[in-house]
Amino acid sequence: MPRDHADANDQDITAIVMRHMGMEGPLLPMLHALQEEFGYIPEAARPIICDALNITGAELHGVISFYHDFRTAPSARHSLKICRAEACQAVGGKALSDRILAMLGLDWGQARADGKLVVEPVYCLGLCACAPAAMLDGKLIGRATEEKISKTLSEAGL
Amino acid sequence: MKKIYIPRDAAAKALGSDEVAATLSDALMARGEEAQIIRNGSRGMIWLEPLVEIEENGTRLAYGPIAADQVEDLLASKIETLGPVEDIPFFAKQNRLTFARCGLIDPLSLSDYRAHGGLVGLSRAAAMSAADIVAEVIASGLRGRGGAGFPTGIKWKTVSEAAGPQKYIVCNADEGDSGTFADRMIMEGDPFCLIEGMAIAGLATGATRGFVYIRSEYPDAIEVMEEAVTIARAEGVLGDDVLGSGKAFDLDIRVGAGAYVCGEETSLLNSLEGKRGVVRAKPPLPALEGFLGRPTVVNNVLSLATIPVIFEKGAAHYASFGLGRSKGTMPIQIAGNVARGGLFETAFGMPLGELVNEIAGGTATGRPVKAVQVGGPLGAYMPPSKFDTPFAYEEFDGQGGLIGHAGVVVFDDSADMVQMARFAMEFCAVESCGKCTPCRIGARRGVETIDRIAAGDATAIPLLTDLCETMKDGSLCALGGFTPYPVMSALQNFPDEFGATPANQAAE
Repeated sequence: MPRDHADANDQDITAIVMRHMGMEGPLLPMLHALQEEFGYIPEAARPIICDALNITGAELHGVISFYHDFRTAPSARHSLKICRAEACQAVGGKALSDRILAMLGLDWGQARADGKLVVEPVYCLGLCACAPAAMLDGKLIGRATEEKISKTLSEAGL
Repeated sequence: MKKIYIPRDAAAKALGSDEVAATLSDALMARGEEAQIIRNGSRGMIWLEPLVEIEENGTRLAYGPIAADQVEDLLASKIETLGPVEDIPFFAKQNRLTFARCGLIDPLSLSDYRAHGGLVGLSRAAAMSAADIVAEVIASGLRGRGGAGFPTGIKWKTVSEAAGPQKYIVCNADEGDSGTFADRMIMEGDPFCLIEGMAIAGLATGATRGFVYIRSEYPDAIEVMEEAVTIARAEGVLGDDVLGSGKAFDLDIRVGAGAYVCGEETSLLNSLEGKRGVVRAKPPLPALEGFLGRPTVVNNVLSLATIPVIFEKGAAHYASFGLGRSKGTMPIQIAGNVARGGLFETAFGMPLGELVNEIAGGTATGRPVKAVQVGGPLGAYMPPSKFDTPFAYEEFDGQGGLIGHAGVVVFDDSADMVQMARFAMEFCAVESCGKCTPCRIGARRGVETIDRIAAGDATAIPLLTDLCETMKDGSLCALGGFTPYPVMSALQNFPDEFGATPANQAAE
């Protein structure tokens, strides 16, 4: 689990950055490792990465902002992803996500008031033959229904 | 000892296989019964998952779908079997070459892998010259399974003959197309097969390093592949001396970061290099200037995972399957609104309608099939009137479609084709890398134009047609270039829903 964001310090960041320096094409693995550790890419990591890889802040910002996965601010602790792609649409995926969002009183990407949960769109989890599909953190839900998702949320204390 | 197989495949897990395995383990202990639980890959019959197999007297009897609360009944023989897995009609009708071992073996047991023909191909290739390996792949007729259908052997030949201080084998495992899951299944169910294929590619081209670029949405596949690479290294399948051949090949697993366009080979290479995943203009071909500007083979998971069986059984055996220029077999993924969804590997040439109506049993809702999207979000919507089209590259092309990565998504008559066309444009707008204008700007304009049509303005139809022509001809890669397939096929096959008349359908 990611640590609390207050913990991000230069020493830890540098250690993670240096661990990846021997790789060919180290930047994405580095960013994944930082996000895994801190829950997002801390601002403090940027000058350290730029110095280590000899790239500009603009280039680094370009990379971080390009990919949907990378976050630049702490996110909700748990993420419910609901698939919006075609195979899920073919079996009522849109109606399902509409109902889940209404049930939680949230919009896509909007964190719940307690900061614990966010609902995010995902385009395909590879569960197309048992659609619609959803995922709470790492837990996959096939043939998802409102009941199944509610049950998974309550089992996770959400 | 009795063996019980419960899949660890992500689809089986999504339907509760972990809970079934845990309950079963507890129940066996409570009963004082000894049995070995093996977490295999999926057999591909997803509507039966979790599919539990109990091996008795050398026969694996199938039970499914099994829920955790049925485990006691299962052990008490109160649940009726579906019979031996191989006799289930959906399975019996297949020609399993690429997926021969998937679901059969313990994915992370190298001895199981060897016992079922694994590493025979690599051993054979290790004794061949690079040129002979390339010639064998060319003779097999294997074409790129990622969608483009480019002959795999020709690509290898280019890299083999290119000069460079270091060459690379890059496996494209960024399987982002909705309706496709074959890459995920083989990585979770038979990871050594992909590793063996990549090692053969290394021997053929002189590449000593490789990467598998897996999308981050596939945590289970990432986990299995990482473990498999560690085992393969320890057992001398990867490393400085591949199977004692004196030749080196090693590979690393890399994880994407949620960008659909990185499934395009040049954006994938940029992403691997740590850059924005924008598309590169071609030429130069990645085969000559790929990863870090060096000669690189970029192949789809299925192309590489098919290599071992070609070397195990010979190119002629593989090429004896198929239709015309589409040689061999294709693992077709049947999904969406179907009664029997899953993976069906068959020789090229089966008519689309047979796949949808007979193999998959029509829709899950029992309503009539309205359209089938073949080839992912960039594939055409095929109406039932085109169901006699044989499943093969040129045959689909001739019908204004494409087979892509062989995903088949079925829709019943409740599908709103205008909204599906709109979604294609919306998806393109979300995922566009922004490098070329037709895609970056065209996708937005496409959404607006379809909204105008949906609001009853049929005069916007020629504009949409014109926009699609521009995107098709002017985009740098398949994202912008193929988004017109779903849009135009929806418009052309279901003109009434767009309010189209013959007069306003064509652009001037």
